[in-house]
Amino acid sequence: MANRNFLGPAGTVLGVVEFWLLTLAGFTLFFGGWMLVAWSGLMPANLLPSPLAVWETLVRLWNQPFAGHVYAEHLTASIGRFLMGWAIAVAIGIPLGLLMGWYRILDEIITPLFDSIRFVAPLAWVPLAALWFGTGIGGPLLIIFVGSFAPCLISAYRGARLVEPRLVEAAQTMGASGRRIIQHVLVPGAMPSIISGLRVSAGLGWQSLVGSELIVVGAGLGYLMVQGQGNLATNIVIAGMVGIGVVGFAIDVALRGVEAWFKRRWGQT
Amino acid sequence: MSEIVFRGVTKTFRLPKGGDFLAIDTTDLRIEEREFVAIVGPSGCGKTTLMRMAAGLEFPSTGSVEVGGRAVRGPGPERAVVFQQFALMPWKSVRENIGFGLMCKGTPRAEAEAAIAHYVELMGLAGHEDSFPHQLSGGMQQRVAIARAYVMNPAALLMDEPFGALDAQTRIVMQEELVRLARRNPRTVLFITHSVEEAVYLADRVVVMGRKPGRIIETIDIRPLRESEAWESQPIEEVMDRPSFTQMRSRIWKLLKAREAQNA
Repeated sequence: MANRNFLGPAGTVLGVVEFWLLTLAGFTLFFGGWMLVAWSGLMPANLLPSPLAVWETLVRLWNQPFAGHVYAEHLTASIGRFLMGWAIAVAIGIPLGLLMGWYRILDEIITPLFDSIRFVAPLAWVPLAALWFGTGIGGPLLIIFVGSFAPCLISAYRGARLVEPRLVEAAQTMGASGRRIIQHVLVPGAMPSIISGLRVSAGLGWQSLVGSELIVVGAGLGYLMVQGQGNLATNIVIAGMVGIGVVGFAIDVALRGVEAWFKRRWGQT
Repeated sequence: MSEIVFRGVTKTFRLPKGGDFLAIDTTDLRIEEREFVAIVGPSGCGKTTLMRMAAGLEFPSTGSVEVGGRAVRGPGPERAVVFQQFALMPWKSVRENIGFGLMCKGTPRAEAEAAIAHYVELMGLAGHEDSFPHQLSGGMQQRVAIARAYVMNPAALLMDEPFGALDAQTRIVMQEELVRLARRNPRTVLFITHSVEEAVYLADRVVVMGRKPGRIIETIDIRPLRESEAWESQPIEEVMDRPSFTQMRSRIWKLLKAREAQNA
């Protein structure tokens, strides 16, 4: 997102200081506006608490259990659930996508099916997941899986299809078997696409989390928010949203780092 | 035995709009064992297609291609290919790129290491073994690609405009080195180029091709000239300045031009 043009001709690049100043300006505007509205009394405090009130709530949730757990426990419960669902999506989606990119027949069989299912939004799976799994761990996992599976599959498939045919041919002329070509040409060749797919799928999976936690009894950020809503505690709802935003952002930053590392290593900038 | 034999080869492509396009008309060509043959011709004459058929990456519409007496049914390590755009794996180091074919073949580790080291040394790649392709210049990348082909100890070497993507100076250096390498390790070589100069300098025989349809116009033996004038003992720029060399070059140019004029 950095290095965009800023009120100048194409090619004008922002300095680091300017970039951070502008980022800061955005946050200042947002929180400033929020505080103004909250303090002006345009909206009642129980519907729109000020940022400070939310911060105080966060600190309180951190120290005192709400809905059975302190904030960190809700957080780790959500992260654990997300990691499991996402891992399943990655473990199935990436290999399947690669194989579809390599074996034409698999592509023909799966693509139409996949295209017709993937537009059913993760949230639309919630009732089904609840019927199938009740309140067990399976329901949330299914929803996170549905949320993150498509980008895993698509990115691996595209990556495999975009590998330079020359490289596959070169490997063939050196006597590489199909298995060797997949391992040494297709997988590394598709890696940049796979990694950006991982990033997208992690984001979508994390976004599906709250939906999945609507049917969870126990712990989790979504559960915390539903309980907050039940208690008409807007500040707790917003505190949950803050946690979702921060963790989602952290996941994205981490995967962006991995992406940059791969590009540097292979000189594909 | 590693002679390359094209027998009555034609290649037709189906056009997307319907109808057929004759890319290569009935072609017979025999490249003897340890002979270096260069094919020159304009774009679209089918010279690369011929090489790809010998590599097993494409198949003739009619006729047959045999290498070492066996019909070509697909790519194989006994026919090494050097591609114009190098086709190195960007995620593998120089050492891994050169060693890939040996690994596929199941060559014992120590033996493979020794073979890799030999060609790294020979191609002037020492010190770059752990570099990745994108860290090397075009010339260096093509050295890796050539080392990767030679290290397989192939019966036949197929080169598709290997110096086409290099700048003029690097090209001259590489041409000189290829001659040195080819004399030290004689192989059956099919070398595709659009540079007449390059073909005359490198090859034992130059095959001149024309287009519409692609076919061989003439085959010229360079050996008598090169051997009588001892080209190999002289620097490339002096060879290319010799009257005999420039005459040979313009003779081939005239063949190409006459063929193009017929088409016009």
